Amino acid sequence: MSDLGPGLLEATFVLIGVLLAVTGIRAFLDHSNPRRVTTAAFWLLLSITFAFGAVLPDRLAGIIVLAVGALSLARGVKTGTFDEGTPEDRGAHARRLGNWLFAPALSLAAIAVLISTWAPFGDQSGSIAIGIASVLALVIAWVLTRAPAPVVVAQSDRMIQQVGPIGMLPQFLAMLGVVFTNGGVGEVVANGIAKIVPEGNQLAGVIAYCVGMALFTIIVGNTFAAFTVITTGIGIPFVIALGGNPVIVGAIAMTTGFCGTLVTPMAANFNALPVGLLEMKNTYGVIKAQAPLAAVLFVIQVVLMYVWAF
Amino acid sequence: MPEWFVLVGVLVIVVGFLLKLDVIAVVIAAALVTTLAAGESFLAFLDLLGKAFVDNRAVSLFLLTLPMIALSERYGLKEQAINLISKLHALTPGRFLTIYTVIRQLTGIFGIRISGMVQFVRPIVHPMSSAAAKSRGSSSESDTELVKAESALSENIGNFFGQNGFVAASGVLLIVGTLTEAGYDVTPELIAAASLPMILIAAIVAAVHFWNIDRRLTKHTADAEGSEVAGDE
Repeated sequence: MSDLGPGLLEATFVLIGVLLAVTGIRAFLDHSNPRRVTTAAFWLLLSITFAFGAVLPDRLAGIIVLAVGALSLARGVKTGTFDEGTPEDRGAHARRLGNWLFAPALSLAAIAVLISTWAPFGDQSGSIAIGIASVLALVIAWVLTRAPAPVVVAQSDRMIQQVGPIGMLPQFLAMLGVVFTNGGVGEVVANGIAKIVPEGNQLAGVIAYCVGMALFTIIVGNTFAAFTVITTGIGIPFVIALGGNPVIVGAIAMTTGFCGTLVTPMAANFNALPVGLLEMKNTYGVIKAQAPLAAVLFVIQVVLMYVWAF
Repeated sequence: MPEWFVLVGVLVIVVGFLLKLDVIAVVIAAALVTTLAAGESFLAFLDLLGKAFVDNRAVSLFLLTLPMIALSERYGLKEQAINLISKLHALTPGRFLTIYTVIRQLTGIFGIRISGMVQFVRPIVHPMSSAAAKSRGSSSESDTELVKAESALSENIGNFFGQNGFVAASGVLLIVGTLTEAGYDVTPELIAAASLPMILIAAIVAAVHFWNIDRRLTKHTADAEGSEVAGDE
């Protein structure tokens, strides 16, 4: 069945394209959205890159990405009002459905892991598994809630708009990683780091990579951005190239970056938002509480990466 | 142009994020200046940008999981989670926060995307940890502030050291995308599996941390009771 892989993967992307197109059309029809035309354009353009990615000329896709960026820059992407139900209504459903409400989410994870472990579609099994599991889990949720079809559509539209442009950021950052590699950013950073870090020393490489992840995250407040830059510049040449297992190195590097998130005022959503929400007196109270824990977890991860990846 | 000039893209990222400019536009601007600094044409930039974006569509696969989550939410997913958490009211603040951290890790592992600060910490986690602290006599101003900070901490630790246990987490897919582009053979399920040890370790570290917090709160209470002067410290 592995020859089905590429086709099924493309079908998964077409499905995302359909999802985004539905959101685009609904945004266009939503008069409660103050920027409905530009919001619709944003989602429809993204939808094209997903649904037709396999046949779209690179240059046209590039122009679309630029246009999406321009719409985002012009603050053209807004949300209207959504049906979120009243707390009473949701509470009544919760009493009726009880713990069964967790079944769709649990089956999503279970089905995805099952399919990807079984790996019937070759290299693409992991990605296809997510697609198939998402569809099956949605069916389970639908059967469970017995929601009318329009509610299902409205709810998925709501969540896509709420998770919104920020949810797309990792893909843009992965794209930037390719551009950085193409421009030789990784080599320049690596050459600079090579002056400080002894070449061929695995432990020094691991420390440099983890410190780089945490520091860059502290500066920009975003671990995903740090991962793109620091992995090409330090992680690959100084850890993975020396024989570090890329799976283990990559997984631990990301959470090492999170230790930076725990101590930076730049990560406002995590460290400043609760100060406001909980009416705390000390602006840096959350960071102060988190710093010792972040330090402990950081050291553990340096050790774990060094011991486990080689 | 000197070789290091391509780093201007990294500079754009740092400055753009620091100034809190539109993140997608900042990323595209960084891509543009990097490509131009490397001596390539604008048309070559468009080709590269389009190909790199389409090649990394898999990073956004999590979008497919949203309809199920959205539907479950509309039918009371959060309310049911709150029902479950509310049953934990007889615990010490530290034990309660340890359990919340683990619950938050589990929601991450099962791919349930929640904005925990707004949906859980403010309406339920902080009121419950604060009530637990007060019922044990910790009500000084510094204790109150401590319990608030620890409630937020428990959300952040559970969120950060949980989400990558899910095969369709965007962080996992970004790791896969970046390493695959670099020519390494990695898959989402391998990354998720490799994230599990740190998730377990973080739970243990958090449990020890909160055990310590319980002791600090008890000590404060004992000190306050032993002191002639009202007020803390």
